[in-house]
Amino acid sequence: MLIQLTLNGKRLAAEAAPDKPLLEFLREQGCYSVKRGCETSNCGLCTVWLDGTPVLSCTVLAVRANGHSITTLEGLQKEAAEFGGFMADQGADQCGFCNPGFVMNVLAMERELENPTEAEIREYLAGNLCRCTGYASQLRAVQQYLAWKRGRNHEQAE
Amino acid sequence: MLHLREYARPSDLEEAWTLNQKKTSRILGGTCWLRLGERTIGTGIDLSGLGLDQITEDEEAFQIGAMVTLRQLELHPGVQAWTQGAVRESLRHIVGVQFRNCATVGGTVWGRFGFSDPLTCLLALDTQVKLYRGGVIPLTEFIQRAPDKDILEAVILRKTRWRTAYQSFRNTETDFPVLAVCVSAGADGFRCAVGARPGRAALVTSADPAALKVLAADLPYGDNSRASAAYRRYLSGVLIGRCLKKLEVDGPC
Amino acid sequence: MSKQNKDVSRGVRKVDSMALVTGQPVYTDDMAPKDCLIVKLLRSPHANAKITGIRTETAKRVPGIACVLTYADVPHIRYTHAGQTYPETSPYDRYILEDRVRFVGDAVAIVAGETEEAVDRALKLIQVDYQVLPAVLDFHTAKDNPILVHPEEDWLTHAPFTGADNRRNLLAHDECFDGDVEAVLQTCDEVIDQTYRVQAAQQVMMETFRTYCYKDPYGRLVMTSSTQVPFHVRRIISTALGIPKSKVRVIKPRIGGGFGAKQTVVSEPYPAIVTWLTGKPAKIVYSRYEAQTSGSPRHQMEMHVRLGAMRDGTIRGIYLHTLSDGGAYGEHSWATVGLSGHKSIPLYGGNCEAFRFDDDVVYTNHQASGAYRGFGATQGIFAVESAVNELSRRLGIDPTVIRSKNMVREGQTMPAYYNEPLTSCTLDRCMERCKEMADWEHKYPYRVLEDGTIRAVGVAMAMQGSGISGVDVGTVTLRVNDDGIYTLMVGCSDMGTGCDTILSQIAADCLDCDMSQITVHGVDTDVSPYDSGSYASSTTYVTGRAVVDTCAALEETIIREAARQMGCAPENLSFDWHTAVNLETGQQKSLGEIANDSQNAGNFLTATKSYSSPTSPTPFMVGIAEVDIDPETGKVTPVNYYGCIDCGTVINPNLARVQAEGGIVQAIGMTLYEDITQSETGKCYSNSLMQYKIPTRLDMGNIFIDFASSYEPTGPFGAKSIGELVIDTPAPAIAAAVAEACGQQFRILPIRPEQVCRVFHPHDL
Repeated sequence: MLIQLTLNGKRLAAEAAPDKPLLEFLREQGCYSVKRGCETSNCGLCTVWLDGTPVLSCTVLAVRANGHSITTLEGLQKEAAEFGGFMADQGADQCGFCNPGFVMNVLAMERELENPTEAEIREYLAGNLCRCTGYASQLRAVQQYLAWKRGRNHEQAE
Repeated sequence: MLHLREYARPSDLEEAWTLNQKKTSRILGGTCWLRLGERTIGTGIDLSGLGLDQITEDEEAFQIGAMVTLRQLELHPGVQAWTQGAVRESLRHIVGVQFRNCATVGGTVWGRFGFSDPLTCLLALDTQVKLYRGGVIPLTEFIQRAPDKDILEAVILRKTRWRTAYQSFRNTETDFPVLAVCVSAGADGFRCAVGARPGRAALVTSADPAALKVLAADLPYGDNSRASAAYRRYLSGVLIGRCLKKLEVDGPC
Repeated sequence: MSKQNKDVSRGVRKVDSMALVTGQPVYTDDMAPKDCLIVKLLRSPHANAKITGIRTETAKRVPGIACVLTYADVPHIRYTHAGQTYPETSPYDRYILEDRVRFVGDAVAIVAGETEEAVDRALKLIQVDYQVLPAVLDFHTAKDNPILVHPEEDWLTHAPFTGADNRRNLLAHDECFDGDVEAVLQTCDEVIDQTYRVQAAQQVMMETFRTYCYKDPYGRLVMTSSTQVPFHVRRIISTALGIPKSKVRVIKPRIGGGFGAKQTVVSEPYPAIVTWLTGKPAKIVYSRYEAQTSGSPRHQMEMHVRLGAMRDGTIRGIYLHTLSDGGAYGEHSWATVGLSGHKSIPLYGGNCEAFRFDDDVVYTNHQASGAYRGFGATQGIFAVESAVNELSRRLGIDPTVIRSKNMVREGQTMPAYYNEPLTSCTLDRCMERCKEMADWEHKYPYRVLEDGTIRAVGVAMAMQGSGISGVDVGTVTLRVNDDGIYTLMVGCSDMGTGCDTILSQIAADCLDCDMSQITVHGVDTDVSPYDSGSYASSTTYVTGRAVVDTCAALEETIIREAARQMGCAPENLSFDWHTAVNLETGQQKSLGEIANDSQNAGNFLTATKSYSSPTSPTPFMVGIAEVDIDPETGKVTPVNYYGCIDCGTVINPNLARVQAEGGIVQAIGMTLYEDITQSETGKCYSNSLMQYKIPTRLDMGNIFIDFASSYEPTGPFGAKSIGELVIDTPAPAIAAAVAEACGQQFRILPIRPEQVCRVFHPHDL
């Protein structure tokens, strides 16, 4: 069926079979940041935003995006680079395959939680698996990024 | 893999119900579990357009729409306050935030899954389900029924239980539970639901908190790859004890 | 070094970081042509069966199907999937497809079609008749079992010294010793005599196996694959297809993790044969289900240890027998089992008078095992380190003290490690530092928290190698381009670990230039110099040393060319990588000018050097686990993990630290969560990330890492390896902490809460 959606801020109309996962649909649209890591909704690699909320694009049917707004990392390049810089400074990018889904969820967390504690950060990001880093460097990067954001927001407020 | 021949987004419940009467039709929840395994569905019916994604609260109850996500429920301040965080505790271990933004309360309750944390929690509370044709019935009755062609509209969480506590035991923090226990206290005494036995959650009730462990130990338990029946039976006592401690009515252990 | 290191020992960003964190399309499936045929496999439902009939006509008629291949359509050439240097020590025991299947998930048929839907339909329409045979599903009884996994006549080994014999289900057998261990054990006050087992854990790199292929204008097969071993892939595919190596080109893009899984050819043969036969581009992307059930996991090993000591804790003799489960095919079997002894026993070289190490690797009808970070050492270290911890409890001696008393020291020769001399070792300092980090003196053995939780600590040591001595090869080509910018051509696979960056750091220091002056070129077998691949913890040490040697060779080349240009003898020229000075005339010329003039003169500046090390220097680590044990439920929760590492000079502290953190968490998973279960007929139940639980960030606690660097004289800038070492200590350290808390040593991984609970509540369970 024909679906209409906003993808990374641009209006889009495209055909999607009723059972096509949003993940495959988005890759067909050239959003290659969206990765598949499992078939059981466990890994978080395919995280995108549906109307600003992080969801698993392997789980959401593409037809359900009809009339909604989808954001992938392709649509958040500036923020990805900002947070990504903190990742890179820790060596936390490693193989990089889980990075897009992880970055999407970190940026969603940053919007949703105010001054999260370490425990809150871990819980919010628990659905993003990573096998390279052991998570510790990612945590350092997230904490430094959030501190930098707070500092910047503070500056802007003044 | 889920094969779906047609997708329908009806504009009212009557239309949804009519579409659902076909043998090959299915209501789509969050499609988290539905898409696992080989399954072919004629028409997938999406209830997204029917305003069922709201939680409303009045003096008597919370009405939780079938399309409310687990994450919405987890974050609802009224529900958390009423259950002293027990509902949140039953949800926060489920995979991850993104998963809980997909999975729906309706899909979870309708599925009547043995491993379901929220079903265990809701069962210990005073919960009803609102069916489009079948009307409002208690959750205890609903979970005994085989899935039929009715439509679950909402879950009604009645404000009759005073205090609630939820405990689960898991091999990893976001795995399925090895065992889940929820205990609530109300005018008629204690209700204790034991889930992931690994069968569907079952309820024991007693005016005497100390009796709950004994009653729970008599429930059937089974083996699976995560734990043995004996371990689950044993854990039911531990988790009930911890729930009671949270309820501050710790009886003799 | 005469001058301060500039980039070496600095935590610079990886050269590919920003592409990865911003989600650029740099992985295999992102780059595959859009009109690729989709390739999928029909897989065996049986653990051991003969295919007596297979009908594909209906499947072939599905619209969009390009080909359906069975054993009748592929070359009958035995080969191995093991990514090892030729001649491989792994037996040639595979066809691409065969009329026999040897594990649940073995390949039966290859289907290629224009869409996934068409391929899925065709897969369902293939009819196969199986003669189901009894299967070998218990590795204890596999050796000399009347049921043979490989009864075929054309089974072949290039390495008879491995002891492999398909008529005995035997993949390897070896015995080695130094001194008379039986005599020593007889005169010991205590002998720990126990058996330990490590499961066939899965690597679970986030990117599963995948490959795409096409034919180039010259009719050659071009393969882009997520592999750690591009050069081995070229050789293996040419062997399997029976085509010249000149017809195969392998390109390695960014790859989404490997951990050894991609040291085996897993996905490559299938699209390769489709493209070779149809001429069309083709790709295969393994599902997680396939990666879990038809991948290349760790060898399940059972280790029998007899460790003899005196009452004062002096360890005098170690006997180890390892039984390893190779699974249905023999990839890496001989090589992995050796490490279980050769990288565990030498840790106790301090006072050890004798050792004996025997091993057997058997064929079974399980998924074929392969290479997984640690590669046998992980298994052996779990056994030997656990035995030492048991000894410490039996003697009532602090396990850190018993280790300090017996550990191997710099300058010693290690009889159990191929008689190599220990040229760099700070294991003693690692122990002291790690104890300090963990506050061991106050925490050992445990304390009971207010809520009844028992917080206990346990310790373990580990060693690994740095490349395979005399076998692993790294080759590096450096080119000086216009204006003096460099191209660094390497043949080792960066799989996310950062070797492209680390080699650039080493080069930048040797060339005294900014890293931005150096372009590192990823692997393409058509253009990259030969490298045996990224495994055996070899890239920093072996290829890194090749970078150092190449830079030295390039310096000579530049000096010669500059002298020619400037009309003086090379010895009368000074060159500091920026400017050449004719010492006779005072004339100066910049590197850029020399480079440009050399191009015009037809003397393009380039150097190539290979390096293969006669030794494999051992990095060391001490790990201390601090865990909470809930005596009511048996749950073991990691709280803190402390690691102190001697990997020689740390080239990039950030990347080394992340290696350590990642390896430790992977090992925590293996120790506590990652269970392998199967049906009675050999079907693997651990077939998804829903059932096979790797740690999330809620399951790993906190990790603290420090380095106690030695200086390895043969290594680049004094470096040794780190990649594998870091996965070895958590299992024995956590098991020790659990034993301190509950009084029972767990000898089988994973340690499940139910089992721990049973120790506390024997009558309730």
